[in-house]
Amino acid sequence: MWKMTNELVDFTLVSVALLAIGIYGLAVKRNFIRMLFAVEIIINAANLNLVAFGRFLPHAGGQTLALFSIAIAAAEVAVGLSLIIVAYRMYQNVDIADFRSLKG
Amino acid sequence: MADAAFLALTVITIGSAIAALEMRSLIYGSIALMGTLGGIAGFFFLLDAPFVALFQLAVYVGSIAVLILFTVMLVKRELIFKKIEDRRRKFAGIGLMLIIMISLGAVFLDSGIKTITTDEPPVDFRDIGTNFVTYYWPALILMGLILAGSVTGALVLARREDVENDQRAS
Repeated sequence: MWKMTNELVDFTLVSVALLAIGIYGLAVKRNFIRMLFAVEIIINAANLNLVAFGRFLPHAGGQTLALFSIAIAAAEVAVGLSLIIVAYRMYQNVDIADFRSLKG
Repeated sequence: MADAAFLALTVITIGSAIAALEMRSLIYGSIALMGTLGGIAGFFFLLDAPFVALFQLAVYVGSIAVLILFTVMLVKRELIFKKIEDRRRKFAGIGLMLIIMISLGAVFLDSGIKTITTDEPPVDFRDIGTNFVTYYWPALILMGLILAGSVTGALVLARREDVENDQRAS
């Protein structure tokens, strides 16, 4: 007999806390690298939700989607970091307020 | 009711998420981000998903965090320690964070999620493999193409043409 000691709502509350911290980081920080940290935290909150719901339904789809999400996040980080390097090379700074002239 | 391992993981994950955003040094910040990612892997273990947990450890803690650490090291020393933010924005951000936490938390606590429990055995990880090659195969191929494309794009973006031209000229 399988009995989970932790309930689904516990995991969702942790995920809400992580989402809120990530949104705080995106709203407050002007450092490009810190904003990337915040995006990573938000993606991880989403993955936690996917796996938690997949466990409690139970359904293999949750874990499958979480694996897809992890792989796509890896690609996103690679592109984001290379953008940071290009922008840093152009402006010698990581402050996104300086990158406004990148548009157009 | 949550057990001790869950509470410990919660403290590690949320504490290091805050530390990742608030630590003065970007290097310590990225090490704290590793703590968050490792904590999430611990949650996956608690959710009987060891395959996803190991994938998380390999991809996030093993490669993404190290990649971020190396990028931070490429940035100038004074920029690593410089904090760029203004106070009013910070207070507004904290307010926004609390509003999201309280409102979404209240929605979840009030919804039917609280009554959901399960006595069923966890999903076999072989089912994930079967899922990948049956129902999700087009998505799997698309994901491979996206990964290849984005890594190539990242390499092209980060390339230095001026250095290459100099080398070709000399």
